[in-house]
Amino acid sequence: MSAQVSETQDIQVAKKPAEELFSKRRRKLISDPLNDDNPITVQVLGICSALAVTSQMYPTTIMAMAVVVVVVMSNLTISAMRNIIPNRIRIIVQLAIVASLVILVDQVLKAYAYDVSRELSVFVGLIITNCIVMGRLEAFAMGNKPYDSILDGLGSGFGYAWIILAVAFFRELFGAGAIYGFEVFNAIGLENFPNNGLMVTPVGAFLILGLIIWVQRSKTGYVEK
Amino acid sequence: MRQSNAYVIGFAAVLTVVLGGLLALAAVGLREPQQKAVKLDTRTKILSAVMEIQEGDDVNRIWEERINSLVVDIDGDVVGELDNGTAVIAEQIDVGKEFKKPAQDRLFPVFQFMNEQGQVDSYIIPVYGNGLWDRIWGFVALEKDLVTIRGVRFDHKGETPGLGARITDGEVQDRYIGKKIYSNVGELVSIQMVKSEAGDPSIYDEYHVDGMSGATMTANGVNDMLLKYFKYYSSYFKTIETADKEAIEEGEQIEEIEESETQLIDEQANQ
Repeated sequence: MSAQVSETQDIQVAKKPAEELFSKRRRKLISDPLNDDNPITVQVLGICSALAVTSQMYPTTIMAMAVVVVVVMSNLTISAMRNIIPNRIRIIVQLAIVASLVILVDQVLKAYAYDVSRELSVFVGLIITNCIVMGRLEAFAMGNKPYDSILDGLGSGFGYAWIILAVAFFRELFGAGAIYGFEVFNAIGLENFPNNGLMVTPVGAFLILGLIIWVQRSKTGYVEK
Repeated sequence: MRQSNAYVIGFAAVLTVVLGGLLALAAVGLREPQQKAVKLDTRTKILSAVMEIQEGDDVNRIWEERINSLVVDIDGDVVGELDNGTAVIAEQIDVGKEFKKPAQDRLFPVFQFMNEQGQVDSYIIPVYGNGLWDRIWGFVALEKDLVTIRGVRFDHKGETPGLGARITDGEVQDRYIGKKIYSNVGELVSIQMVKSEAGDPSIYDEYHVDGMSGATMTANGVNDMLLKYFKYYSSYFKTIETADKEAIEEGEQIEEIEESETQLIDEQANQ
């Protein structure tokens, strides 16, 4: 009898295979922040840098990459350490790790992409205070396994990235008539197309962000509670 | 156990040491590429005042071949080394730091752009001043007559995008090309960027350029900066001019000798 029980238990253990590498739940970890739970448009986090760095595509791309790297790496680190972090100082531990990662990214940029790092100036450093990063650490990485945390970080990072790239696309297009410095309007023969000064200023980013949120919420039906 | 004070303090200490060590390693490991990047950036900026730098150009090679740099003081005398004996390198002078010293103590770098024959083609000087919100700086390239502007490159820290920040636009900087900083009688007049923007460069004389609409304060900063730095360098310009005159006189004598020599040779050949 007892042998039978242990046998069925064995079978049960064997019957529960490891979760698929990209199971439905894990795919949702990535896809949710891209749209339904987007950090910028739905959670309205990370607005400050979304306004400040998005006047051109190229620096925005670098900024987006920097944020993705920092979110993923800090999620991974905190998740790996989550069982040994003393609860009372967990926020400062998260902050220390995020800050170190951000300084690393900043140093690497200074060494290998000096002109962009100058253009982004303090906003790379301000990734430390980007609520998306701390938010994911506190809400997800502290309670989940490292691999899931990486996926969550990727999701949130890309959720942030595509929004700021979309904003930058319109700002550079209408503010400077170019995309990645390539003069689009000249190329298609609209040489006198006027540049919109509003788009160069952060106000332009506000407007575009507002429009994106409007379109997105009218589609998803999301309402602030 | 995870909540005990000893654990918390121990954890914080270990974390600090690990992260601190990591950052220190990164700082040391990346120092060299960072210095290289800064150097390359400075060289690109300086060269771009006299020539178009394309992506993929070997800036360092052009620099080595074409630029001859030196440092002068307010009296126009070349400074070779500091009081404590260290050599002065023009490239490494932080113009912003020098700006804080009294003018007579400052070091003024000069970058001579040589033509392919190794003669000075253009003089590039750094300029530094205050815009509306924060510091502005740049490089001014003068033709070898030391009167005509060959090109300028401005940069800024915090001028308003779309307004004062336009000093970094090529279109605004090109307005300075061909303008003159000395009047016909040799008096320093510098170049004024006017208030308001006409959009028509032909209505301005050699000492004025079109303004930037909505950015008069920044333009004033630029005017002020240019005038000040042309003044600082004026003694050096004078020494160059006198040296040039002497060289021309000598050159004429040499040419005469050469001519008579070639005549001699011709005559001999004819015979």
